[in-house]
Amino acid sequence: MTDVKDYLREWAMPHVLCPGCAHGIVLRSFLEAVDQLQLDQDKVALVAGIGCSSRLAGYVDFCTLHGTHGRAPAFATGLKLARPELDVVVITGDGDGLAIGGNHLIHAARRNIDITVMLLNNAIYGMTGGQAAPTTPEGARSSTTPAGNTEAMFDACKLLIGAGASFVARVLAATPTEMTKVMKDAMTHPGFSFVEVISDCPEYYGRYNKLGGGAEMLTLMARRDSGVASALSEKRFINHVPSSPTPAGIDTGVFQREVRPVFAGIREVDAGGS
Amino acid sequence: MSETQLLQGNEACARGALAAGCSFYGGYPITPSSEIAEYMVRELPKVGGVFIQMEDEISSLAAVIGASLAGSKAMTATSGPGFSLMQEHIGFASMAEVPCVIVDVMRGGPSTGLPTSPSQGDVMQARWGTHGDHPAIVLAPSSVGEVFDLTVRAFNLSERFRTPVILIYDEIIGHTRESVILPDVVETVNRKPPDVDPAAFWPKEAPSDGVPPLPAFGDGYRFHVTGLSHDHRGLPSDDAAVAGSLLARLHHKVEHHLDEVRQVEASMLEDAEIAILAYGVVARSAREAVILAREDGIRAGLIRPVTLWPFPHPQVAELTRGVDTVIVSEMNRGQIIGEVERATAGRAHVVPHLRADGQPITPNELLGTVRSVVGRST
Repeated sequence: MTDVKDYLREWAMPHVLCPGCAHGIVLRSFLEAVDQLQLDQDKVALVAGIGCSSRLAGYVDFCTLHGTHGRAPAFATGLKLARPELDVVVITGDGDGLAIGGNHLIHAARRNIDITVMLLNNAIYGMTGGQAAPTTPEGARSSTTPAGNTEAMFDACKLLIGAGASFVARVLAATPTEMTKVMKDAMTHPGFSFVEVISDCPEYYGRYNKLGGGAEMLTLMARRDSGVASALSEKRFINHVPSSPTPAGIDTGVFQREVRPVFAGIREVDAGGS
Repeated sequence: MSETQLLQGNEACARGALAAGCSFYGGYPITPSSEIAEYMVRELPKVGGVFIQMEDEISSLAAVIGASLAGSKAMTATSGPGFSLMQEHIGFASMAEVPCVIVDVMRGGPSTGLPTSPSQGDVMQARWGTHGDHPAIVLAPSSVGEVFDLTVRAFNLSERFRTPVILIYDEIIGHTRESVILPDVVETVNRKPPDVDPAAFWPKEAPSDGVPPLPAFGDGYRFHVTGLSHDHRGLPSDDAAVAGSLLARLHHKVEHHLDEVRQVEASMLEDAEIAILAYGVVARSAREAVILAREDGIRAGLIRPVTLWPFPHPQVAELTRGVDTVIVSEMNRGQIIGEVERATAGRAHVVPHLRADGQPITPNELLGTVRSVVGRST
């Protein structure tokens, strides 16, 4: 394989990510997926919104668009429709993709446009300093939920299945080989594909909820995946908020894979009727 | 060879876009602009273009920007409430220097306001609606034929300067049907491609005219596009010198070429003691009022800014040199009048004739103001 460094803009570094942040592991898995699929580097477009995960777009040597907060799927839609031969991948976060950009995400899924969305879920707003996100579990502390979050959280995969996404999967940053495999499946899927990656934010989420640093958080994540313990979910609940026996977000794997007509915009083939 | 056609303003806009080479339309339905989308969805596919109805106006302009970066000439159209939502991406397109055309068919506001009534209430929003200092090019047609011409011009200016261009007209212009003769061929401008190999290419390295070349995504030039302040490599930077010079260049690329951008029409001004300054549909009532005033022996003239932004201050200053009074008439509570006051700088009386109730300004109303200014009873 090609060295993943060949896909990096090393001249654009140092990067903005904090020590212990798993986003770098996710990026490597993505680059390995691109490499293993032998995609034409000139034809890969990475479209991002705003937030920590979206900043990754600046460090990879593709055509990269760092757009506005939450709107990456909409930018990607125009890009893909105008130039269908591009491999268009959206990189977004849980706040970007599910709060301010939730509407664009579900409509891209509904249309079944042939793009891939990678949503890096670290359960918090990292870039702005650790505020609660729509993915922050009930009871968890953040800078805007100092006494514990009292709002219910989104299950991103269920949301996307409900919106009509034809490929939906969840993977853990703690399992990079699996991540690469699922990302390859997603990128080769005809139509809209969605991969939720459970990442971490030791700097804010980990610190506020006493979950340790990056290594500890990834260990917890991996144990959660194997079903050994629910230490992470237990630790999150600090204000006697009742815990669900199966906290949302714990399952991984491919939840949805179906083939249905791919949206290509209204263009000649539709209008001519021939 | 061209023949006379009966066209609506919104149809003329779509026809102009197609003539200019538009190949992507992304939009969201809103009165009184929807006919543009309805025309584009029928006609764009015939010329190899793509149409999409997005989930809102925010995403409409995002899709347009995405398509433009893929090499398409792209546009959207909307009205006040949708124009408000588009401000986010007007700023992005300014900062990232992505050519695109935004049409705002103005209706009464604020908020949902008067959906089917005309207004000129978005003139300042077109200039300053998005946050931060940014250049703005805004054109205001006053007839169906001119909607066609200025739509073509909007595309050409956006490609020439790598900047969003806004075409702004009111509901009356949008829905009025007029006889027009459209040209068979129009002059079109395309963005400059890079003249260096991908290895030597930096996306924001600008030549002397301040407008960097723009390759399409997928053409072999791999580069970064961001709304953050950025250096010549396209990389985010909060360095003060980088931020300052980027912002200066964004402005200078337009300000140093104002002759290509600013357009003002003047008529019957040679001996005028009083001028009416109006734009869009109001300019048509103003023209009639000037003719009626002259029948009364009042030496009146008309100034019609076709380019609203950058406002043609020097031209207006020159044109008003000999007049005592400028009546500024607009369908709002007074937006462009402040610019006229700046241009005249106290050398002429500036008198407002404003209306912001969803009703057009008639020639007789304006004639009344002309008469009262010159001290004649009606």
